[in-house]
Amino acid sequence: MRKQRTLSRSRELWAYAFLAVPIVFYVVVRFYPSIFAFYLSLTDWDIVSRDKGFVGFENYARLFSDSVFRKTLFNTIRYVVVGLPASMFLGFVLAYNINKLTFGSSLYKTVFFMPYITSMVAVAWVWRWLYQPPPVGVFNNILVAIGLPSQQFLRSIGQAWISILVTTVWADLGFQMIILLAGLKGIPDEYYEAARIDGAGNMQILRKITLPLLKPTAIFLLISGTIRYLRIFTQVMNMTSQGDGGPLNSTKPLVLYIYDTAFKSFEMGYSAAMTVVLFFIILVITLIQMRVTRSEDQ
Amino acid sequence: MKISRMHIVTQAVLLITGLAMLFPFFWMIATSFKTGREVFSLSLIPQNPTMENYQELFTNSNFPLWFLNSVLCGFIVTLSTLFFDSLVGYTFAKYRFRGKKLIFILILSTMMIPTEMLVIPWFIMSNDLGWANTYWGIIFPGMMSGFGTFLMRQFFDSVPNDLIDAGRIDGLNEFDIWRRICMPLVKPALSALAIFTFVGNWNAFLWPLIVINDIYKYTLPVGLSFFNGEFQTEWEMVMTGASVATIPVLIIYLIFQKQIIKGIALTGIKG
Repeated sequence: MRKQRTLSRSRELWAYAFLAVPIVFYVVVRFYPSIFAFYLSLTDWDIVSRDKGFVGFENYARLFSDSVFRKTLFNTIRYVVVGLPASMFLGFVLAYNINKLTFGSSLYKTVFFMPYITSMVAVAWVWRWLYQPPPVGVFNNILVAIGLPSQQFLRSIGQAWISILVTTVWADLGFQMIILLAGLKGIPDEYYEAARIDGAGNMQILRKITLPLLKPTAIFLLISGTIRYLRIFTQVMNMTSQGDGGPLNSTKPLVLYIYDTAFKSFEMGYSAAMTVVLFFIILVITLIQMRVTRSEDQ
Repeated sequence: MKISRMHIVTQAVLLITGLAMLFPFFWMIATSFKTGREVFSLSLIPQNPTMENYQELFTNSNFPLWFLNSVLCGFIVTLSTLFFDSLVGYTFAKYRFRGKKLIFILILSTMMIPTEMLVIPWFIMSNDLGWANTYWGIIFPGMMSGFGTFLMRQFFDSVPNDLIDAGRIDGLNEFDIWRRICMPLVKPALSALAIFTFVGNWNAFLWPLIVINDIYKYTLPVGLSFFNGEFQTEWEMVMTGASVATIPVLIIYLIFQKQIIKGIALTGIKG
Protein backbone atom coordinates (compact mmCIF):
# COMPACT_ATOMS: atom_id res chain seq x y z
CA MET A 1 0.00 0.00 0.00
CA ARG A 2 2.74 2.41 0.95
CA LYS A 3 4.80 1.30 -2.03
CA GLN A 4 1.80 2.06 -4.26
CA ARG A 5 1.51 5.56 -2.85
CA THR A 6 5.19 6.43 -3.34
CA LEU A 7 4.99 5.09 -6.87
CA SER A 8 2.06 7.27 -7.83
CA ARG A 9 3.78 10.15 -6.05
CA SER A 10 6.90 9.69 -8.15
CA ARG A 11 4.85 9.49 -11.34
CA GLU A 12 3.12 12.72 -10.39
CA LEU A 13 6.55 14.31 -10.10
CA TRP A 14 7.45 13.02 -13.56
CA ALA A 15 4.26 14.56 -14.94
CA TYR A 16 5.12 17.94 -13.43
CA ALA A 17 8.67 17.65 -14.77
CA PHE A 18 7.32 17.01 -18.28
CA LEU A 19 5.01 20.00 -17.99
CA ALA A 20 7.47 22.47 -16.44
CA VAL A 21 8.87 24.05 -19.60
CA PRO A 22 5.51 24.05 -21.46
CA ILE A 23 3.78 25.74 -18.52
CA VAL A 24 6.41 28.49 -18.51
CA PHE A 25 5.97 28.81 -22.29
CA TYR A 26 2.18 29.10 -22.18
CA VAL A 27 2.29 31.62 -19.35
CA VAL A 28 5.00 33.80 -20.93
CA VAL A 29 4.08 33.54 -24.62
CA ARG A 30 0.29 33.14 -24.52
CA PHE A 31 -1.36 34.27 -21.26
CA TYR A 32 0.84 37.16 -20.21
CA PRO A 33 0.73 38.74 -23.72
CA SER A 34 -3.07 38.35 -23.78
CA ILE A 35 -3.42 40.18 -20.50
CA PHE A 36 -0.86 42.71 -21.65
CA ALA A 37 -2.95 43.38 -24.79
CA PHE A 38 -5.98 44.13 -22.59
CA TYR A 39 -3.88 46.46 -20.47
CA LEU A 40 -2.37 48.21 -23.52
CA SER A 41 -5.87 48.80 -24.89
CA LEU A 42 -6.51 51.03 -21.85
CA THR A 43 -3.48 53.24 -22.57
CA ASP A 44 -2.49 55.73 -25.23
CA TRP A 45 1.00 54.30 -25.60
CA ASP A 46 2.82 55.22 -28.84
CA ILE A 47 6.00 53.14 -28.39
CA VAL A 48 8.25 56.24 -28.34
CA SER A 49 7.27 57.62 -24.96
CA ARG A 50 8.51 55.85 -21.88
CA ASP A 51 5.24 56.04 -19.96
CA LYS A 52 2.03 54.37 -20.90
CA GLY A 53 -0.68 56.95 -20.14
CA PHE A 54 -3.77 55.30 -18.69
CA VAL A 55 -6.85 56.49 -20.55
CA GLY A 56 -9.51 54.02 -19.39
CA PHE A 57 -11.97 53.06 -22.09
CA GLU A 58 -11.18 56.05 -24.29
CA ASN A 59 -9.75 53.86 -27.09
CA TYR A 60 -12.96 51.86 -27.20
CA ALA A 61 -15.05 55.02 -27.30
CA ARG A 62 -12.88 56.26 -30.16
CA LEU A 63 -13.64 53.09 -32.16
CA PHE A 64 -17.29 54.09 -32.36
CA SER A 65 -16.52 57.40 -34.03
CA ASP A 66 -13.67 56.11 -36.21
CA SER A 67 -15.02 55.92 -39.75
CA VAL A 68 -12.06 53.85 -40.97
CA PHE A 69 -12.69 51.30 -38.23
CA ARG A 70 -16.34 51.08 -39.19
CA LYS A 71 -15.38 50.77 -42.85
CA THR A 72 -12.87 47.97 -42.17
CA LEU A 73 -15.34 46.16 -39.91
CA PHE A 74 -17.91 46.40 -42.68
CA ASN A 75 -15.40 45.11 -45.25
CA THR A 76 -14.45 42.22 -43.00
CA ILE A 77 -18.06 41.19 -42.42
CA ARG A 78 -18.64 41.45 -46.16
CA TYR A 79 -15.75 39.04 -46.76
CA VAL A 80 -17.27 36.59 -44.29
CA VAL A 81 -20.87 36.88 -45.50
CA VAL A 82 -20.13 36.73 -49.22
CA GLY A 83 -16.94 34.69 -49.40
CA LEU A 84 -17.59 31.92 -46.92
CA PRO A 85 -20.97 30.75 -48.32
CA ALA A 86 -19.49 30.87 -51.83
CA SER A 87 -16.54 28.68 -50.88
CA MET A 88 -18.72 26.29 -48.85
CA PHE A 89 -21.19 25.96 -51.71
CA LEU A 90 -18.50 25.33 -54.33
CA GLY A 91 -16.69 22.99 -51.95
CA PHE A 92 -19.91 21.04 -51.52
CA VAL A 93 -20.60 20.82 -55.25
CA LEU A 94 -17.10 19.43 -55.75
CA ALA A 95 -17.28 17.03 -52.80
CA TYR A 96 -20.73 15.77 -53.83
CA ASN A 97 -19.59 14.96 -57.36
CA ILE A 98 -16.19 13.57 -56.40
CA ASN A 99 -17.88 11.31 -53.87
CA LYS A 100 -19.91 9.68 -56.66
CA LEU A 101 -16.88 8.87 -58.80
CA THR A 102 -15.76 5.28 -59.23
CA PHE A 103 -12.20 6.28 -60.14
CA GLY A 104 -9.98 9.36 -60.14
CA SER A 105 -11.26 10.85 -56.90
CA SER A 106 -7.83 11.03 -55.24
CA LEU A 107 -6.45 12.94 -58.24
CA TYR A 108 -9.20 15.56 -57.95
CA LYS A 109 -8.69 15.84 -54.21
CA THR A 110 -5.00 16.52 -54.82
CA VAL A 111 -5.71 19.14 -57.47
CA PHE A 112 -8.44 21.08 -55.69
CA PHE A 113 -6.64 21.11 -52.37
CA MET A 114 -3.37 22.38 -53.82
CA PRO A 115 -4.14 26.12 -53.61
CA TYR A 116 -4.94 25.83 -49.90
CA ILE A 117 -1.45 24.62 -49.08
CA THR A 118 0.30 27.27 -51.17
CA SER A 119 1.85 30.40 -49.68
CA MET A 120 -0.79 33.16 -49.69
CA VAL A 121 1.86 35.77 -50.55
CA ALA A 122 2.78 33.87 -53.72
CA VAL A 123 -0.88 33.26 -54.57
CA ALA A 124 -1.73 36.93 -54.09
CA TRP A 125 1.02 38.11 -56.44
CA VAL A 126 0.17 35.62 -59.16
CA TRP A 127 -3.47 36.74 -59.05
CA ARG A 128 -2.46 40.39 -58.83
CA TRP A 129 -0.78 39.94 -62.16
CA LEU A 130 -3.74 38.08 -63.66
CA TYR A 131 -5.94 41.06 -62.71
CA GLN A 132 -3.71 43.81 -64.19
CA PRO A 133 -5.12 46.17 -66.88
CA PRO A 134 -4.31 45.39 -70.54
CA PRO A 135 -1.80 44.74 -72.03
CA VAL A 136 -0.25 43.35 -68.83
CA GLY A 137 -2.98 41.37 -67.09
CA VAL A 138 -3.83 37.93 -68.36
CA PHE A 139 -7.57 38.09 -67.66
CA ASN A 140 -7.89 41.37 -69.50
CA ASN A 141 -5.83 40.05 -72.40
CA ILE A 142 -8.18 37.11 -72.66
CA LEU A 143 -11.23 39.39 -72.46
CA VAL A 144 -9.84 41.62 -75.21
CA ALA A 145 -8.86 38.64 -77.35
CA ILE A 146 -12.44 37.33 -77.34
CA GLY A 147 -13.86 40.78 -77.98
CA LEU A 148 -15.17 41.71 -74.52
CA PRO A 149 -14.52 45.04 -72.78
CA SER A 150 -11.55 45.08 -70.41
CA GLN A 151 -12.25 45.34 -66.68
CA GLN A 152 -10.75 47.43 -63.90
CA PHE A 153 -10.55 44.57 -61.38
CA LEU A 154 -8.23 45.63 -58.51
CA ARG A 155 -8.35 49.30 -59.54
CA SER A 156 -12.07 49.91 -59.05
CA ILE A 157 -13.90 50.31 -55.78
CA GLY A 158 -16.72 48.10 -56.99
CA GLN A 159 -14.60 45.23 -58.27
CA ALA A 160 -11.50 45.18 -56.07
CA TRP A 161 -13.03 43.46 -53.04
CA ILE A 162 -14.76 40.91 -55.25
CA SER A 163 -11.50 40.21 -57.10
CA ILE A 164 -9.70 39.64 -53.80
CA LEU A 165 -12.53 37.43 -52.63
CA VAL A 166 -12.37 35.33 -55.81
CA THR A 167 -8.69 34.65 -55.06
CA THR A 168 -9.53 33.86 -51.43
CA VAL A 169 -12.30 31.45 -52.37
CA TRP A 170 -10.05 29.81 -54.97
CA ALA A 171 -7.45 29.21 -52.27
CA ASP A 172 -10.00 28.10 -49.68
CA LEU A 173 -12.56 25.85 -51.33
CA GLY A 174 -10.30 22.79 -51.40
CA PHE A 175 -10.34 22.82 -47.61
CA GLN A 176 -14.14 22.88 -47.54
CA MET A 177 -14.17 20.07 -50.10
CA ILE A 178 -11.88 17.77 -48.10
CA ILE A 179 -13.86 18.20 -44.88
CA LEU A 180 -17.20 17.78 -46.67
CA LEU A 181 -15.92 14.64 -48.42
CA ALA A 182 -15.01 13.20 -45.03
CA GLY A 183 -18.54 14.07 -43.88
CA LEU A 184 -20.09 12.42 -46.95
CA LYS A 185 -18.00 9.28 -46.44
CA GLY A 186 -19.40 9.09 -42.91
CA ILE A 187 -22.98 8.61 -44.13
CA PRO A 188 -23.72 4.84 -44.19
CA ASP A 189 -24.61 3.36 -47.60
CA GLU A 190 -27.65 1.63 -46.08
CA TYR A 191 -29.41 5.00 -45.75
CA TYR A 192 -29.12 5.61 -49.48
CA GLU A 193 -30.14 2.07 -50.33
CA ALA A 194 -33.17 2.24 -48.08
CA ALA A 195 -34.20 5.54 -49.64
CA ARG A 196 -33.80 4.12 -53.13
CA ILE A 197 -35.94 1.09 -52.27
CA ASP A 198 -38.57 3.54 -51.07
CA GLY A 199 -38.38 5.15 -54.50
CA ALA A 200 -36.63 8.41 -53.64
CA GLY A 201 -34.97 10.34 -56.51
CA ASN A 202 -31.49 11.88 -56.46
CA MET A 203 -32.78 15.32 -55.47
CA GLN A 204 -34.92 13.89 -52.68
CA ILE A 205 -32.03 11.87 -51.31
CA LEU A 206 -29.84 14.98 -51.36
CA ARG A 207 -32.45 17.08 -49.54
CA LYS A 208 -33.76 14.52 -47.08
CA ILE A 209 -30.67 12.45 -46.28
CA THR A 210 -27.36 13.93 -47.40
CA LEU A 211 -27.81 17.54 -46.34
CA PRO A 212 -29.37 16.89 -42.89
CA LEU A 213 -26.66 14.35 -42.05
CA LEU A 214 -23.95 16.81 -43.09
CA LYS A 215 -25.14 19.38 -40.57
CA PRO A 216 -22.40 18.80 -37.97
CA THR A 217 -19.74 19.07 -40.70
CA ALA A 218 -21.36 22.23 -42.02
CA ILE A 219 -21.45 23.79 -38.56
CA PHE A 220 -17.75 23.10 -38.09
CA LEU A 221 -16.95 24.63 -41.49
CA LEU A 222 -19.15 27.63 -40.81
CA ILE A 223 -17.46 28.42 -37.51
CA SER A 224 -13.87 27.72 -38.52
CA GLY A 225 -14.46 29.53 -41.81
CA THR A 226 -15.93 32.57 -40.10
CA ILE A 227 -12.82 32.84 -37.95
CA ARG A 228 -10.55 32.37 -40.99
CA TYR A 229 -12.37 34.99 -43.08
CA LEU A 230 -12.49 37.42 -40.14
CA ARG A 231 -8.69 37.31 -40.11
CA ILE A 232 -8.15 38.02 -43.83
CA PHE A 233 -4.96 40.04 -44.17
CA THR A 234 -2.13 38.65 -46.31
CA GLN A 235 -3.94 38.66 -49.65
CA VAL A 236 -5.20 42.23 -49.25
CA MET A 237 -1.79 43.50 -48.17
CA ASN A 238 -0.18 41.88 -51.21
CA MET A 239 -2.82 42.55 -53.84
CA THR A 240 -3.47 46.27 -53.25
CA SER A 241 -0.95 48.89 -54.26
CA GLN A 242 1.37 49.82 -51.37
CA GLY A 243 -0.57 47.25 -49.37
CA ASP A 244 -2.99 49.98 -48.33
CA GLY A 245 -6.28 48.11 -48.71
CA GLY A 246 -7.37 50.51 -51.44
CA PRO A 247 -8.73 51.88 -53.61
CA LEU A 248 -10.06 54.22 -50.91
CA ASN A 249 -10.04 51.55 -48.17
CA SER A 250 -12.63 49.59 -50.13
CA THR A 251 -10.79 46.29 -49.56
CA LYS A 252 -9.16 47.00 -46.21
CA PRO A 253 -9.96 44.32 -43.62
CA LEU A 254 -9.85 44.78 -39.85
CA VAL A 255 -6.51 43.01 -39.42
CA LEU A 256 -4.82 45.26 -41.97
CA TYR A 257 -6.10 48.31 -40.09
CA ILE A 258 -4.81 46.78 -36.86
CA TYR A 259 -1.41 46.24 -38.49
CA ASP A 260 -1.22 49.77 -39.90
CA THR A 261 -2.32 51.39 -36.64
CA ALA A 262 0.27 49.49 -34.62
CA PHE A 263 3.23 49.28 -36.97
CA LYS A 264 2.85 52.29 -39.27
CA SER A 265 1.33 54.95 -37.01
CA PHE A 266 2.58 53.29 -33.80
CA GLU A 267 -0.67 53.82 -31.89
CA MET A 268 -0.13 50.66 -29.86
CA GLY A 269 -2.92 51.32 -27.36
CA TYR A 270 -5.54 52.02 -30.00
CA SER A 271 -4.50 49.05 -32.09
CA ALA A 272 -4.58 46.79 -29.02
CA ALA A 273 -8.17 47.88 -28.41
CA MET A 274 -9.07 46.69 -31.90
CA THR A 275 -7.38 43.33 -31.31
CA VAL A 276 -9.41 42.95 -28.13
CA VAL A 277 -12.58 43.55 -30.14
CA LEU A 278 -11.45 40.86 -32.60
CA PHE A 279 -10.75 38.54 -29.68
CA PHE A 280 -14.25 38.97 -28.31
CA ILE A 281 -15.86 38.42 -31.71
CA ILE A 282 -13.92 35.15 -32.06
CA LEU A 283 -14.70 34.17 -28.47
CA VAL A 284 -18.44 34.65 -28.99
CA ILE A 285 -18.34 32.59 -32.21
CA THR A 286 -16.41 29.81 -30.47
CA LEU A 287 -18.89 29.77 -27.58
CA ILE A 288 -21.78 29.54 -30.03
CA GLN A 289 -20.03 26.60 -31.68
CA MET A 290 -19.59 24.79 -28.35
CA ARG A 291 -23.23 25.41 -27.53
CA VAL A 292 -24.48 24.18 -30.92
CA THR A 293 -22.27 21.08 -31.04
CA ARG A 294 -23.24 20.17 -27.51
CA SER A 295 -26.97 20.37 -28.28
CA GLU A 296 -26.30 18.34 -31.45
CA ASP A 297 -24.74 15.60 -29.36
CA GLN A 298 -27.70 15.28 -27.04
CA MET B 1 -20.18 -1.29 -61.75
CA LYS B 2 -21.23 0.04 -65.14
CA ILE B 3 -19.93 3.46 -66.09
CA SER B 4 -23.00 5.55 -66.79
CA ARG B 5 -23.28 8.55 -69.07
CA MET B 6 -23.74 10.79 -66.01
CA HIS B 7 -20.44 9.53 -64.71
CA ILE B 8 -18.61 10.56 -67.87
CA VAL B 9 -20.20 14.02 -67.77
CA THR B 10 -19.15 14.42 -64.13
CA GLN B 11 -15.62 13.33 -64.95
CA ALA B 12 -15.42 15.79 -67.84
CA VAL B 13 -16.74 18.73 -65.81
CA LEU B 14 -14.40 17.96 -62.91
CA LEU B 15 -11.46 17.65 -65.26
CA ILE B 16 -12.12 21.05 -66.83
CA THR B 17 -12.71 22.67 -63.43
CA GLY B 18 -9.51 21.09 -62.15
CA LEU B 19 -7.48 22.43 -65.05
CA ALA B 20 -9.00 25.88 -64.48
CA MET B 21 -8.05 25.67 -60.79
CA LEU B 22 -4.48 24.83 -61.76
CA PHE B 23 -4.27 27.62 -64.33
CA PRO B 24 -2.59 30.13 -61.96
CA PHE B 25 0.06 27.52 -61.12
CA PHE B 26 0.70 26.71 -64.81
CA TRP B 27 0.87 30.40 -65.54
CA MET B 28 3.25 31.16 -62.70
CA ILE B 29 5.68 28.36 -63.60
CA ALA B 30 5.47 28.97 -67.36
CA THR B 31 6.20 32.67 -66.91
CA SER B 32 9.19 31.97 -64.68
CA PHE B 33 10.83 30.36 -67.74
CA LYS B 34 9.95 33.18 -70.12
CA THR B 35 12.12 36.09 -71.21
CA GLY B 36 11.06 39.65 -70.39
CA ARG B 37 10.01 40.20 -73.98
CA GLU B 38 7.68 37.22 -73.99
CA VAL B 39 5.97 37.82 -70.66
CA PHE B 40 2.75 39.27 -72.02
CA SER B 41 2.11 36.68 -74.70
CA LEU B 42 -0.86 34.48 -73.95
CA SER B 43 0.99 31.26 -74.56
CA LEU B 44 1.36 28.71 -71.79
CA ILE B 45 4.53 27.26 -73.27
CA PRO B 46 7.56 29.57 -73.43
CA GLN B 47 8.89 30.07 -76.97
CA ASN B 48 12.49 30.27 -75.82
CA PRO B 49 12.55 28.66 -72.37
CA THR B 50 15.23 30.22 -70.22
CA MET B 51 16.73 29.68 -66.78
CA GLU B 52 17.90 33.30 -66.68
CA ASN B 53 15.24 34.40 -64.21
CA TYR B 54 16.25 31.72 -61.74
CA GLN B 55 19.94 32.53 -62.23
CA GLU B 56 19.21 36.20 -61.68
CA LEU B 57 17.13 35.43 -58.60
CA PHE B 58 19.73 33.18 -57.02
CA THR B 59 22.76 35.34 -57.79
CA ASN B 60 21.53 38.94 -57.63
CA SER B 61 18.91 38.86 -54.91
CA ASN B 62 18.59 37.72 -51.34
CA PHE B 63 16.30 34.84 -52.24
CA PRO B 64 18.81 32.08 -51.37
CA LEU B 65 19.23 33.64 -47.96
CA TRP B 66 15.46 34.00 -47.40
CA PHE B 67 15.04 30.43 -48.51
CA LEU B 68 17.59 29.21 -45.95
CA ASN B 69 16.02 31.39 -43.23
CA SER B 70 12.63 29.81 -43.90
CA VAL B 71 14.10 26.30 -43.89
CA LEU B 72 15.99 26.94 -40.65
CA CYS B 73 13.06 28.50 -38.78
CA GLY B 74 10.69 25.87 -40.17
CA PHE B 75 12.88 23.03 -38.94
CA ILE B 76 13.40 24.40 -35.45
CA VAL B 77 9.72 25.22 -34.95
CA THR B 78 8.68 21.80 -36.26
CA LEU B 79 11.15 19.87 -34.09
CA SER B 80 10.22 21.85 -31.00
CA THR B 81 6.49 21.48 -31.64
CA LEU B 82 6.81 17.73 -32.19
CA PHE B 83 8.86 17.26 -29.02
CA PHE B 84 6.82 19.39 -26.64
CA ASP B 85 3.33 18.76 -28.01
CA SER B 86 3.82 15.01 -27.93
CA LEU B 87 5.38 15.09 -24.45
CA VAL B 88 2.57 17.27 -23.08
CA GLY B 89 -0.10 15.28 -24.93
CA TYR B 90 1.35 12.09 -23.50
CA THR B 91 1.40 13.50 -19.99
CA PHE B 92 -2.28 14.40 -20.21
CA ALA B 93 -3.19 11.03 -21.71
CA LYS B 94 -1.27 8.78 -19.32
CA TYR B 95 -0.67 10.47 -15.95
CA ARG B 96 -2.83 11.38 -13.00
CA PHE B 97 -1.79 14.46 -11.09
CA ARG B 98 -3.30 17.38 -9.26
CA GLY B 99 -4.43 20.29 -11.44
CA LYS B 100 -4.48 18.12 -14.57
CA LYS B 101 -7.89 19.17 -15.81
CA LEU B 102 -7.32 22.87 -15.19
CA ILE B 103 -3.92 22.92 -16.90
CA PHE B 104 -5.30 21.00 -19.87
CA ILE B 105 -8.22 23.38 -20.33
CA LEU B 106 -5.92 26.37 -20.03
CA ILE B 107 -3.59 24.99 -22.72
CA LEU B 108 -6.53 24.20 -25.01
CA SER B 109 -8.01 27.64 -24.48
CA THR B 110 -4.91 29.20 -26.06
CA MET B 111 -6.25 27.97 -29.42
CA MET B 112 -8.95 30.63 -29.12
CA ILE B 113 -6.54 33.53 -28.79
CA PRO B 114 -6.05 35.15 -32.20
CA THR B 115 -2.41 35.73 -33.15
CA GLU B 116 -3.38 39.30 -34.03
CA MET B 117 -3.97 40.05 -30.37
CA LEU B 118 -0.59 38.65 -29.35
CA VAL B 119 1.66 40.25 -31.97
CA ILE B 120 1.78 43.69 -30.32
CA PRO B 121 2.84 42.31 -26.91
CA TRP B 122 5.27 39.89 -28.60
CA PHE B 123 6.75 42.82 -30.51
CA ILE B 124 7.23 44.84 -27.33
CA MET B 125 8.66 41.80 -25.55
CA SER B 126 11.05 41.14 -28.42
CA ASN B 127 12.26 44.70 -28.36
CA ASP B 128 12.78 44.70 -24.60
CA LEU B 129 14.61 41.37 -24.57
CA GLY B 130 16.68 41.97 -27.71
CA TRP B 131 14.84 39.30 -29.71
CA ALA B 132 13.71 41.66 -32.47
CA ASN B 133 15.53 41.04 -35.74
CA THR B 134 16.76 37.60 -34.69
CA TYR B 135 15.84 34.08 -35.75
CA TRP B 136 14.81 33.38 -32.17
CA GLY B 137 12.36 36.27 -32.50
CA ILE B 138 10.71 34.57 -35.48
CA ILE B 139 10.72 31.17 -33.79
CA PHE B 140 9.69 31.63 -30.17
CA PRO B 141 5.90 32.12 -30.58
CA GLY B 142 5.58 28.80 -32.42
CA MET B 143 7.60 26.52 -30.14
CA MET B 144 4.45 24.71 -28.96
CA SER B 145 0.78 24.68 -29.87
CA GLY B 146 -2.45 23.93 -28.09
CA PHE B 147 -3.73 22.24 -31.24
CA GLY B 148 -0.78 19.83 -31.48
CA THR B 149 -1.08 19.01 -27.78
CA PHE B 150 -4.73 18.15 -28.23
CA LEU B 151 -4.02 16.06 -31.33
CA MET B 152 -1.22 14.09 -29.64
CA ARG B 153 -3.27 13.48 -26.51
CA GLN B 154 -5.99 11.89 -28.64
CA PHE B 155 -3.47 9.54 -30.21
CA PHE B 156 -1.64 8.64 -26.99
CA ASP B 157 -5.00 7.79 -25.44
CA SER B 158 -5.16 4.70 -27.62
CA VAL B 159 -1.72 3.42 -26.59
CA PRO B 160 -2.34 0.43 -24.24
CA ASN B 161 -1.35 0.99 -20.60
CA ASP B 162 0.01 -2.57 -20.45
CA LEU B 163 2.87 -1.54 -22.72
CA ILE B 164 3.78 1.29 -20.38
CA ASP B 165 3.63 -1.01 -17.35
CA ALA B 166 5.79 -3.54 -19.18
CA GLY B 167 8.35 -0.81 -19.73
CA ARG B 168 8.26 0.05 -16.02
CA ILE B 169 8.84 -3.60 -15.08
CA ASP B 170 11.81 -3.63 -17.45
CA GLY B 171 13.22 -0.76 -15.41
CA LEU B 172 12.92 2.01 -17.97
CA ASN B 173 12.44 5.48 -16.53
CA GLU B 174 9.30 7.42 -17.43
CA PHE B 175 11.02 9.59 -20.03
CA ASP B 176 12.44 6.56 -21.84
CA ILE B 177 9.04 4.86 -21.76
CA TRP B 178 7.62 7.84 -23.61
CA ARG B 179 10.55 8.13 -26.00
CA ARG B 180 11.30 4.48 -26.77
CA ILE B 181 7.95 2.72 -26.34
CA CYS B 182 5.16 5.20 -26.96
CA MET B 183 6.55 7.62 -29.54
CA PRO B 184 7.06 4.93 -32.23
CA LEU B 185 3.39 3.96 -31.84
CA VAL B 186 2.06 7.39 -32.81
CA LYS B 187 4.23 7.95 -35.89
CA PRO B 188 1.27 8.71 -38.22
CA ALA B 189 0.09 11.49 -35.90
CA LEU B 190 3.63 12.82 -35.58
CA SER B 191 4.11 12.98 -39.33
CA ALA B 192 0.77 14.74 -39.80
CA LEU B 193 1.65 17.27 -37.10
CA ALA B 194 5.13 17.74 -38.60
CA ILE B 195 3.73 18.49 -42.05
CA PHE B 196 1.08 20.93 -40.78
CA THR B 197 3.57 22.73 -38.59
CA PHE B 198 6.23 22.99 -41.27
CA VAL B 199 3.86 24.14 -44.01
CA GLY B 200 2.06 26.57 -41.71
CA ASN B 201 5.36 28.01 -40.64
CA TRP B 202 6.71 28.13 -44.20
CA ASN B 203 3.71 30.23 -45.25
CA ALA B 204 3.49 32.41 -42.10
CA PHE B 205 3.50 36.10 -42.93
CA LEU B 206 2.21 38.45 -40.24
CA TRP B 207 4.62 37.78 -37.37
CA PRO B 208 7.87 37.50 -39.39
CA LEU B 209 6.83 40.73 -41.14
CA ILE B 210 6.57 42.46 -37.78
CA VAL B 211 9.58 41.11 -35.93
CA ILE B 212 12.19 41.37 -38.72
CA ASN B 213 13.49 44.64 -40.17
CA ASP B 214 16.80 43.35 -41.40
CA ILE B 215 16.44 42.36 -45.06
CA TYR B 216 18.95 39.52 -44.61
CA LYS B 217 16.80 37.86 -41.97
CA TYR B 218 13.49 37.89 -43.85
CA THR B 219 11.69 34.61 -44.30
CA LEU B 220 10.57 33.69 -47.82
CA PRO B 221 7.01 35.13 -47.71
CA VAL B 222 8.19 38.43 -46.25
CA GLY B 223 11.10 38.59 -48.69
CA LEU B 224 8.78 37.74 -51.59
CA SER B 225 6.33 40.45 -50.61
CA PHE B 226 9.13 43.01 -50.29
CA PHE B 227 10.89 41.88 -53.47
CA ASN B 228 7.67 42.02 -55.48
CA GLY B 229 6.96 45.51 -54.25
CA GLU B 230 10.35 46.55 -55.69
CA PHE B 231 10.17 44.63 -58.96
CA GLN B 232 6.48 44.73 -59.65
CA THR B 233 6.83 45.71 -63.28
CA GLU B 234 9.15 42.79 -64.01
CA TRP B 235 6.47 40.16 -63.79
CA GLU B 236 8.72 37.33 -64.94
CA MET B 237 10.87 37.95 -61.83
CA VAL B 238 7.81 38.16 -59.59
CA MET B 239 6.59 34.81 -60.97
CA THR B 240 10.03 33.26 -60.51
CA GLY B 241 10.06 34.39 -56.87
CA ALA B 242 6.55 33.04 -56.37
CA SER B 243 7.62 29.71 -57.92
CA VAL B 244 10.62 29.44 -55.60
CA ALA B 245 8.36 30.08 -52.59
CA THR B 246 5.73 27.62 -53.78
CA ILE B 247 7.55 24.68 -55.33
CA PRO B 248 9.12 23.22 -52.12
CA VAL B 249 5.72 23.06 -50.45
CA LEU B 250 4.14 21.62 -53.58
CA ILE B 251 6.79 18.88 -53.65
CA ILE B 252 6.21 18.06 -49.98
CA TYR B 253 2.49 18.10 -50.72
CA LEU B 254 2.71 15.78 -53.72
CA ILE B 255 4.87 13.30 -51.79
CA PHE B 256 2.71 13.28 -48.65
CA GLN B 257 -0.68 14.11 -50.23
CA LYS B 258 -2.41 11.04 -48.79
CA GLN B 259 -1.31 11.78 -45.22
CA ILE B 260 -1.97 15.50 -45.56
CA ILE B 261 -5.47 15.06 -46.94
CA LYS B 262 -6.27 12.38 -44.38
CA GLY B 263 -4.81 14.50 -41.61
CA ILE B 264 -6.80 17.57 -42.68
CA ALA B 265 -9.99 15.56 -42.82
CA LEU B 266 -9.22 14.11 -39.40
CA THR B 267 -8.45 17.32 -37.63
CA GLY B 268 -9.89 20.02 -39.84
CA ILE B 269 -7.00 22.41 -39.55
CA LYS B 270 -3.93 23.68 -41.29
CA GLY B 271 -0.83 24.39 -39.16
